[in-house]
Amino acid sequence: MNMESVFFYIIGAITLASAFCVVFLHRPIHNVLFMILTMIGLAGLFILLQAEFIAMVQLIVYAGAVMVLFLFVIMLLNLDDLRLPQDSRIVRRWVGVAGALLLLLLVAPLLGAFVPRLRSGTLMLDKAREVSNTEVVARELFTTYLLPFEIASVLLLSAIIGAVVLVRKRSGKTASG
Amino acid sequence: MVTLQHYLFLSAALFTLGVMGVMFRRNLIVILMSLELMLNAVNLTFIALARYMESVEGQIIVLFVMVVAAAEVAVGLAIAVTIFRQKGSIDVDEVDLMRW
Repeated sequence: MNMESVFFYIIGAITLASAFCVVFLHRPIHNVLFMILTMIGLAGLFILLQAEFIAMVQLIVYAGAVMVLFLFVIMLLNLDDLRLPQDSRIVRRWVGVAGALLLLLLVAPLLGAFVPRLRSGTLMLDKAREVSNTEVVARELFTTYLLPFEIASVLLLSAIIGAVVLVRKRSGKTASG
Repeated sequence: MVTLQHYLFLSAALFTLGVMGVMFRRNLIVILMSLELMLNAVNLTFIALARYMESVEGQIIVLFVMVVAAAEVAVGLAIAVTIFRQKGSIDVDEVDLMRW
């Protein structure tokens, strides 16, 4: 039982328990706080998997920006004391679970057939002391994957424009317009 | 000794929790968060495979998944705010104008 196993089980248990709390707790503030804990746990798992750059990006982007955005929206709309009444149609959702299990049974035999053609050796684990994970990621991102990188920036631009247009108050119309 | 199967099992469990969140919750914000949980489970799968197959391409696609997830959350929360302004509630069962 080496240190990696100990860390994996501890961080994995925390992440799984937090994810369970995200889905099944009732107040949205609690869900967001446990989601932040899940993100931090996942960042820890990424560090265990020797992806330090991605772990830091996960903390900055997910735990630091996306979850704070969720908190803003919950506090802005004052959603915390909304109580949704009991849903009598909840049995329909178990039909969805049954459908998903059936899909899993159909797909499971095919899972071993997909073998990705990766360019092995690009992770440079054996040179981990000289070459940082940031440099390894940058080495591929800015050469082989330069076009997707530029398209991602256009995607972010379109998301910003979309979000601003959606919440803009209409000018020149009445409040009920 | 932590093998690839450990990480894949954890990732599958997280993904299943996310799917259950999307199916069983009626609060739109919690549904968006469960969607994020699913995306994070997929990220964990990619990073684990990148580590065990010695290829950095798994980590690069994780960066792009994070970009797409951030863009989707921004627009999704804008939609949630707009729905709240119109109806005063974020219960997804009440957004039924297009149901027959």
